[in-house]
Amino acid sequence: MDPTKIMQATEAAAASAATGSLISLFTVFLLAIFVGYYVVWNVTSALHSPLMSVTNAISSVIIVGALIAAGPTDVHFSKIMGFLAVVLASVNIFGGFIVSQRMLQMFRKKG
Amino acid sequence: MSEELSGLAYLLAAICFILALRGLSSPETARRGNLTGMIGMAIAIGTTLASPHVLSYTWIIAGILVGGTIGTVTALKIQMTALPQLVAAFHSLVGLAAVFVATATLYAPDAYGIGAAGSILTASLIEMSIGTFIGAITFTGSIVAFAKLQGLVSGAPLVFPGQHLLNAVLGIAAIALIAWFSATESYQAYWLIVALALVLGFLIILPIGGADMPVVVSMLNSYSGWAACGIGFTLGNTLLIITGALVGSSGAILSYIMCKGMNRSFFNVILGGFGTEEGVAATTQGDKTVRQGSAEDAAFIMQNAGKVIIVPGYGMAVAQAQHALREMTDVLKAAGVKVSYAIHPVAGRMPGHMNVLLAEANVPYDEVFELEEINHEFSTADVVYVIGANDVTNPAAKTDPNSPIYGMPILDVEKAQTVLFVKRGMASGYAGVDNELFFRDNTMMLFGDAKKMTEEILQSLG
Repeated sequence: MDPTKIMQATEAAAASAATGSLISLFTVFLLAIFVGYYVVWNVTSALHSPLMSVTNAISSVIIVGALIAAGPTDVHFSKIMGFLAVVLASVNIFGGFIVSQRMLQMFRKKG
Repeated sequence: MSEELSGLAYLLAAICFILALRGLSSPETARRGNLTGMIGMAIAIGTTLASPHVLSYTWIIAGILVGGTIGTVTALKIQMTALPQLVAAFHSLVGLAAVFVATATLYAPDAYGIGAAGSILTASLIEMSIGTFIGAITFTGSIVAFAKLQGLVSGAPLVFPGQHLLNAVLGIAAIALIAWFSATESYQAYWLIVALALVLGFLIILPIGGADMPVVVSMLNSYSGWAACGIGFTLGNTLLIITGALVGSSGAILSYIMCKGMNRSFFNVILGGFGTEEGVAATTQGDKTVRQGSAEDAAFIMQNAGKVIIVPGYGMAVAQAQHALREMTDVLKAAGVKVSYAIHPVAGRMPGHMNVLLAEANVPYDEVFELEEINHEFSTADVVYVIGANDVTNPAAKTDPNSPIYGMPILDVEKAQTVLFVKRGMASGYAGVDNELFFRDNTMMLFGDAKKMTEEILQSLG
């Protein structure tokens, strides 16, 4: 890789690090933990199994990173990794949401 | 799509995920919540596909089609009794996907704007290595959990001398490797971290016994969230961080609830070695005698009862007895008997397992109660029908300080007038302890397969 390209990439990295600085990411992280804590304690214990399958499905949002890796036109090692991650995450997204829906369909009231 | 616009779209997706979990606070809103989650995921994927980084769609569409088909078919075909295995398998996939994404980031960092290969920001390297480390542990750990739940390997805890020391040494080695990798961006160090984490995942879950699987499954659920968080930090993507934190805290809370249900500390569970697989034959029976009954006896007793409480456990799941059980209670209800179900927090192999199985058999969820809700009702119940549960009913948890399950909250079934205990034989439960309930005067043992016995009772009722 030529030096100007490295320079450019490093500059771009510094710029993105400035906008999404570690501290602000960490702020988001901690606040999200609090939100998760209060929301999850509100989940009724009868629905703890669907809770697991739903969280499992949404944790596959990691597919966002996989799509970027699988996105370039030229084929290289990263693209293959990205493709494999897209497959795995898709199994989870479809499987997780569908099995949750199947479970939730079964919870019915009397009569 | 501009950076600002995609940022907003990601925020919208994160809100959808929060609302999805919020929906699970009651069965009425849960289905809508799940749909909200799907919408959030569609927004997240659509936004990424519209970003300038994604130029070629052939592989992506192929990947989503292949993965989506596998996921859909599996989810539609899986039996509800096999749910814990399925969830464990899904966790392993998230873990492996995290490793793949971290690897892709390391080999092509410019695509993510975190520097060029060879000069990635140190902070990104640390985050990347932590993400891949947790991901790899989740992967192999979930595979072991899956194998134990599926019965591919024995559910018995696998312990060997020096185990904890070995894990501690590997853990310290991992920290050293992460430091080395972050300082040098060495590919060699990266792959060593992955290899070490894969080994650790195996070692951590192997010593944990089958009955502790609810804790393990919840814990791995939590790990998969933290792995997503690690990747989110690497990529500077707030959606991944928020979602990972939601999942991570959800799994942690579930682990906590499960541990509390067994009155054991989290570390006690993680250190493992608790519980035996099929239960050893009771050795301390001495001259104590049990009262044995037939299906006809049980039918007669229940028919003449005013109030019956059903206590289901993992044995009901194994025998697939939930449908026969519901038919039996239908007949009882038609005869004017008041029927309700009592669920212990750790009944089954994952949190809420019994609730799903009963719902599958069309038991209305307002007849199903948690331990705290129903425990005071046992003293007024005429009959308790224990099907496939054992340790969670053992009064020794309250009376015998020497018992391994002492202090565990139990269902007070012994307070009922009559206890009908369906069991295959006199073996003890997973904890390997005798249940003194069997020898009480008000207990009648019904020896046989849970499903067969319930069906026989159903016939005698007719």
